[in-house]
Amino acid sequence: MANNINKPSLNDDRYAPLLSPWRAKAKVSLVFFIILFFLWYSSRTTGVDFGDLIMGFTNMGQIIDKLFPINMDVLAPAFDRLIETIHMAIIASTFSTIIVVPVSLLAANNITHNWFVYNTTRLIMNILRTIPDVVLAVIFVGIFGTGPIGGIVALFIFSLGILAKLISETVEAIDMQPIEAMRASGANTIQSISYGVMPQVAPQFTSFALYVFEINIRASVVIGLVGAGGIGQLLMSQFSFNNYGAVMTIILVIFIVVVIIEYISTKIREAII
Amino acid sequence: MAFEQPPKKQIPTQKKVKRLSIALALLALYIWTFISIDIEWKEAFNRFASNYNVVVPQLFSPNWARAGEVIEKMIETVFIAYVGSLAAAILAVPLGFLSAINMTNSRVLSTVGKWILSAVRAFPEIILAIMFVVVVGPNPFAGILAIAIGSTGMLGKLYAEILESIDMNVVEAMQANGANKIQIMFHGIIPQVIPEFLSYAIYRFEIDVRASTILGYVGAGGIGTMIFFAYSNRNWSDMGMILLVIIVVVTLIDYGSSYIRKRIV
Repeated sequence: MANNINKPSLNDDRYAPLLSPWRAKAKVSLVFFIILFFLWYSSRTTGVDFGDLIMGFTNMGQIIDKLFPINMDVLAPAFDRLIETIHMAIIASTFSTIIVVPVSLLAANNITHNWFVYNTTRLIMNILRTIPDVVLAVIFVGIFGTGPIGGIVALFIFSLGILAKLISETVEAIDMQPIEAMRASGANTIQSISYGVMPQVAPQFTSFALYVFEINIRASVVIGLVGAGGIGQLLMSQFSFNNYGAVMTIILVIFIVVVIIEYISTKIREAII
Repeated sequence: MAFEQPPKKQIPTQKKVKRLSIALALLALYIWTFISIDIEWKEAFNRFASNYNVVVPQLFSPNWARAGEVIEKMIETVFIAYVGSLAAAILAVPLGFLSAINMTNSRVLSTVGKWILSAVRAFPEIILAIMFVVVVGPNPFAGILAIAIGSTGMLGKLYAEILESIDMNVVEAMQANGANKIQIMFHGIIPQVIPEFLSYAIYRFEIDVRASTILGYVGAGGIGTMIFFAYSNRNWSDMGMILLVIIVVVTLIDYGSSYIRKRIV
């Protein structure tokens, strides 16, 4: 009998409740099995074959033979095209940062009190953001013909969608008291925006503009693949000629430039904020 | 009559020089850009005038006859994104632990980890896709590998940031009580980071759905293949259908994923 005192049952109140009651455990296991089931199902439909991957890696020797030695002849044209890519990114980011100012004000609910205007702007921007950059490039290359101009317009629309979201969210988070004070002392809308809103969002605005420039460099590589100018176009043409040595050179050039630009823009952003 | 103006704010000369030089550098950058970029404005304008009426009305009248096929390919795209981002969510865990300075306690290891992650991030997905198409052939599996590797870079970085921001007091208390490394890992660290890890993985899935729509362009499976054919044949009404399906599916997935993420965190 005395032993029973030292052996309380699990239901006893003297024990703290279990950290994971069975209900939570069942829920987590269910989610886990759903994830696994989807994994199995989608692996089957997409034909995942780790045999292929292992085969691929055993064939890696041949591929490395294909990709190396890298073809240095392509370096000079690659450099020219790279400059074009950077130009495209500069022009597109500049125009989108200019246009995004009114758009983001219209898409911020503390500045735009008109329900209809606010929601329409947001809806348009949300739709723009769902379109992949390459699809935009394809459409504008279809309209403007091959060359950088289609790419610039595509990048412009693409970065407008991203910037409008980021900046309208920043505008919605500002301190409204200075603006109310300005309104109360008779400032009109333009004045209260340029002296009340702009100074508050300027650092984030610059930082987002640089961030979009970074994204545009990357995206302009990609949209070049569909003939929208820049280094991607060169990459695609070498790829379709199965000229893998040149492809590897271009990939390395892109890699180095992306790393350098990311480094510079991170440093500038750190200095600003 | 004249109101007395408040005194002007004094700006130190050094700051003025700095601002002026930044402005000049920017100006030089723009002049260089606009002079050396090679755009035939007139021709582009002519093309615009002649192509506008061919392309835009067709884009807005999608070819419903191919809806079934397009939706099927879009589902494949979502599957590619799903498998790819799940693989990335797992692959990124060791790399995240390697890069987090408070997990390794070694500046060298953490720097190495961070370098690996930023090297991976520097490759756009479509370029990874090109490389994997060369390795495993033109099929959806190449797309999955491209998505998995591409997402690992970003997820690993975010995971490392989360790990660096956890409450180390818990870990220290466990160490003081004599817990071994594995116990600390499972009872001290993982419970703190799991909601954020999951939330970022789901967010990355959202991005991956967008990214994998274009992989098919280089033969890596999914709806990109259809984009390629529609573009090659200048079939803009098919393109309109593809675009419509992409917009609807991506929007639905965005809503679903942000709902789940709000529940988790």
